[in-house]
Amino acid sequence: MSFAYHKAASVNDAASQAGGDAALLAGGMTLLPAIKLGLSDPRRLVDLADLGELRGITRDGDTLTIGSMTRHADVAASAEVQGAIPALAKLAGGIGDAQVRHRGTIGGSIANNDPAADYPAACLGLGATIVTTSREIAADDFFTGLFETALEEGEIITSVRFPVPEKAAYEKFVQPASRFALVGVFAAQGPAGTRVAVTGAGLSGVYRASDMEAALESDFSADAIDGITVPEDNMAADIHAAADYRAHLVKVIAGRAIAAAAG
Amino acid sequence: MTEVTMTVNGKSVTADVEPDTLLADFIRQNLSLTGTHVGCDTSQCGACCVLVDGDSMKSCTMLAVQADGAEITTIEGLATNGTFHPMQQAFHDNHALQCGFCTPGMLISAIDLATKNPDISESEIRHGLEGNLCRCTGYHNIVKAVKAGADAMRG
Amino acid sequence: MPDTGLDTDLENAEQVVIGNGIGARVRRKEDKRFLTGKGRYADDINRPGQTHAYFVRSQVAHADIKNLDTSAAEKAEGVIAVLTGADVAADELGGLPCGWGIMGKNDVPMHEPPHPILAIGTVRHVGDPIAVVIAETKKQAKAAAQLIDVTLEEKPAVANIRAALADGAPLVHDGAPGNVAFDWEIGDRAAMEEAFANAAHVAEIDIDNNRLIPNAIEPRVAVAEFDTGTGDYTLFVTSQNPHVHRLLIAAFVLHIPEEKFRVVAPDVGGGFGSKIFPYPEESVVTWAAAKLGRPVKWTAERSESFMTDAHGRDHVSHAELALDKDGKFLALKVSTLANLGGYVSAFGGAVPTFLYAPLLAGTYTTPAIYCEVKGVFTHTVPVDAYRGAGRPEATYLLERLVDRAARETGLSQVDIRRKNFIQPDAFPYQTPVASCYDSGDYEATLSSALKKADVDGFEKRKADAALRGKKRGLGFSTYLEACGVAPSAVAGQLGARAGLYESAVVRVHPTGGVTVFTGTHSHGQSHETTFAQLVNDRLGVGLEHIEVVHGDTARIQFGMGTYGSRSLAVGGEALIRAMDKVIEKGKKIAAHLMEASENDIEFEGGSFKVTGTDKETPFGAVAFAAYVPHNYPLETLEPGLEETAFFDPLNFTFPGGCHICEVEVDPATGVTEVVNFTAVDDVGRVINPMIVEGQVHGGVTQGIGQALLEGCVYDDNGQLLTGSYMDYTMPRADNVPSYNVGTELTLCAHNTLGVKGVGEVGAIGSPPAVINAIVDALSDLGVTDVSMPATSQNVWRAIQAAGGAK
Repeated sequence: MSFAYHKAASVNDAASQAGGDAALLAGGMTLLPAIKLGLSDPRRLVDLADLGELRGITRDGDTLTIGSMTRHADVAASAEVQGAIPALAKLAGGIGDAQVRHRGTIGGSIANNDPAADYPAACLGLGATIVTTSREIAADDFFTGLFETALEEGEIITSVRFPVPEKAAYEKFVQPASRFALVGVFAAQGPAGTRVAVTGAGLSGVYRASDMEAALESDFSADAIDGITVPEDNMAADIHAAADYRAHLVKVIAGRAIAAAAG
Repeated sequence: MTEVTMTVNGKSVTADVEPDTLLADFIRQNLSLTGTHVGCDTSQCGACCVLVDGDSMKSCTMLAVQADGAEITTIEGLATNGTFHPMQQAFHDNHALQCGFCTPGMLISAIDLATKNPDISESEIRHGLEGNLCRCTGYHNIVKAVKAGADAMRG
Repeated sequence: MPDTGLDTDLENAEQVVIGNGIGARVRRKEDKRFLTGKGRYADDINRPGQTHAYFVRSQVAHADIKNLDTSAAEKAEGVIAVLTGADVAADELGGLPCGWGIMGKNDVPMHEPPHPILAIGTVRHVGDPIAVVIAETKKQAKAAAQLIDVTLEEKPAVANIRAALADGAPLVHDGAPGNVAFDWEIGDRAAMEEAFANAAHVAEIDIDNNRLIPNAIEPRVAVAEFDTGTGDYTLFVTSQNPHVHRLLIAAFVLHIPEEKFRVVAPDVGGGFGSKIFPYPEESVVTWAAAKLGRPVKWTAERSESFMTDAHGRDHVSHAELALDKDGKFLALKVSTLANLGGYVSAFGGAVPTFLYAPLLAGTYTTPAIYCEVKGVFTHTVPVDAYRGAGRPEATYLLERLVDRAARETGLSQVDIRRKNFIQPDAFPYQTPVASCYDSGDYEATLSSALKKADVDGFEKRKADAALRGKKRGLGFSTYLEACGVAPSAVAGQLGARAGLYESAVVRVHPTGGVTVFTGTHSHGQSHETTFAQLVNDRLGVGLEHIEVVHGDTARIQFGMGTYGSRSLAVGGEALIRAMDKVIEKGKKIAAHLMEASENDIEFEGGSFKVTGTDKETPFGAVAFAAYVPHNYPLETLEPGLEETAFFDPLNFTFPGGCHICEVEVDPATGVTEVVNFTAVDDVGRVINPMIVEGQVHGGVTQGIGQALLEGCVYDDNGQLLTGSYMDYTMPRADNVPSYNVGTELTLCAHNTLGVKGVGEVGAIGSPPAVINAIVDALSDLGVTDVSMPATSQNVWRAIQAAGGAK
């Protein structure tokens, strides 16, 4: 653990400093523990904290835009978010603990793409667009594997655009020790179609449960997925949940998310 | 070394720190404010919580350089002129501490919760304290104290 | 989660004690420093010229050290020294001692392998220390540790009891064939077998007691310094018993004079047993401080705590209970395998034997009991006392078995217990497993708990829960435990290698203030308040004029520390006796001052009075006369007013009670929520109800933690899978409800105060109540057993195994 520290003065400055042996520092809620435990060893940290232009929440018609450096606590407390996508406000209010929510950011969470993080499920479940310093990436193309994304070296997320859905809900079953999602399901119907995104459970990270989505197209109700079996072979396994139990939970939690979304 | 300036418990402090200095270590070692405790290395236990610009944060998961320009309150900054903060008084009155090690972080979190949600319920207190571990009290008296402290803070 | 209401019965008790003496709900004297950040914990201590130690530890469970090259590390920036097992051997240091020997069947003594403070030749668990780097800063020490070149030849490991006992299993110690450290028994086997032959019903259970990691929130710390001028050593350490640390480190490990070694246990952030034992790091920094002539500090990182603090529990047992046709218990047979870990920790042998099997009668009249226990070595962290230590294991086994027996015989959980309770008029009651109970009233705690838990209203609550898709269950535990550790003569016969008395000095100051020096240690237990209340009660001195000092061998005469719920029953009694000596001497002084006969002096309400007159001299005036002896019987009496008492109890104390747990299980996910928890305990006389409640709340939470959340997991290779709070589930505020606690008291018959102890009752009584409640909730699905911790996955599997949720 030994690095230089640079507080970026502008997004351009940050982009020019990023890449190589540098790590971008957003809230630091994953990066700093990883550095402390020796799991990550960057030589330089580029801190995005001063970039006010990356913070903020705006709604424009059916699109809700959240700046990448917006903290979870601010998303959770935002009247704008609560009005447009209450499920997203609830999701943000359930990330980590109060202290994590006071520092962690949506951009940091998405860029990290922890397989047990909550925000990737929302992005995928709502069909969000991830806006970066160089392009716009559909959520469907963004999350490419465990801790992997479509981001290129030096590319920085500036905001996330969420289409406002007609119905949406997020249900999380927590891993009891870490309180990350053991299984989290974001179910929604809206401009991006009918979507069921699952985090925490999949062997390769967040994914869309296409068989459930198909079943929900005509009948958006918990009963519609009754006949679906979640295959075990795509499931992660650890001491908290073996693959069969995770698969079982995916279905139960999906049912609850769908029921909540259906109202 | 990087120069940082922050306000800690109402006093401005300036110091040169290595970029990898954790805020918790800065507070404990540079400022000798040993009331802020470190109980884990994975940001779970919450003994190190301090208020940063009014929000509770885990000082073991923040760099001192990130706190440049911030206003910090530690456990040592809660009482005024020798009088307990209402939350400290509530912890005392309700026997909400035993060994005292988690207490600084617990108080900081409690004050944050009660400030933002003055009419807080038991269930909200219990969920709101999920970032703070206590091995002694079983939380029963802490929950009682936070409720009483919140009531007292409302006046 | 439902808001269950915060008031407890004790708080609403009609009887309000006025004043600050025994029974009063006094706010704690120690709070102020903790609430204002002025506590002084070991990591807050820094010494001039201090260096920092970082330990290189084994990453594998079992290996021979083939090569250990420290040369690069020694040259690294800031490094002062690197020490290894070779240095330990060269300096002829001893290993960590075992404080309690076990004599097994056929007089075969426990195998006690050496436990070097830095590994010599072989490592035996992940975390076993191999070398220490001492540098100017912790960062430098840690960086240099990466430069140490260790070649470990990994060998097959045994990570759990079953693997260790398998045919041909790798040996942890060559001298312990089959990895068995001892094979011990207690009770009359023939009587047990005869009773079983006549049984109408036999209930059986296979039961594991899950391994726990103590997790005091303050990690362990050791700061040592050596005065090169005087040869004095000082060690500041996270200890529950500084004198025990001093004795064991000085006499057995470092071979230094005890009188030149000061051990200070300052404010300690929780212990729960884990800070009783001497660990390698404390000896290493003390040794290094003298070698280097500079203070050395070590603070554990939490990841180190997980892999080095002694773990708790970890039993595998089979038990059978024989009943007659009416449900009376005839006999109990228990066979237990206890994991000791890679070495025998200080009390590693005593916990699963003498702190376990003598509790197997519980609150019942079972006439014949036989128990055998094998202590088993594995390639894991040593296992030792953790809150309750042996007694939770006994209680869990017995109360689960009684619950099962009731289900199998059709008796209610209440009836089967009532049928078998030892009756209040039966004391002293000699059990068939050595314990002789002095007092108790198990019906009183049961009936009080039944009322308090509103058991009569349970069926309605269960029906309401069913409407919400939840399975609601009720579980009982009418437990008993032994504490007030310990009568030395008895403990000595059982293998203890130390006395277990306690001491107190009462120093009365000329102005009438009092300082109490106690050999017990408070790391959350509130001695500074409770002991001050005893002084206030007996001497009439105001609480603000009473100081309670503990935790420093340079200030305290001697003491055995705090564990086994002993502080009040043993240390408090010593204090009472020292105060009685003060009063006796005070009477002589007062008699002189008032020109009365000593026999006519009585001490009452803080004043010495001449019987039958209105003449009196306040305590403070007597104290003043003792130190300013201008008018004093110097011919017959020494000046000064300070008395010492050592107290060694005649017996253990036997708290007991009834815990009732009410759970709701979500059958779809297996998630269990404790919705109500009632504890009615008999802890003997209560000095401060507020503090007693706090101890019960904390203990019950640890018990619920064991039952639902906590479980240490090693993989088959001995890697610790629960090595951080990311995987080891600690109870958090939203995992537990507010509790419903109360007391029904009988007085201990063999101490003046009638106190029994409260530190461990919560952790001992509660786990079976929780699991019995889950079994009850799921009984209509055919579930008869759920193992601890009853995580959602375990509960779901139990439901699946029984045929699935209906």
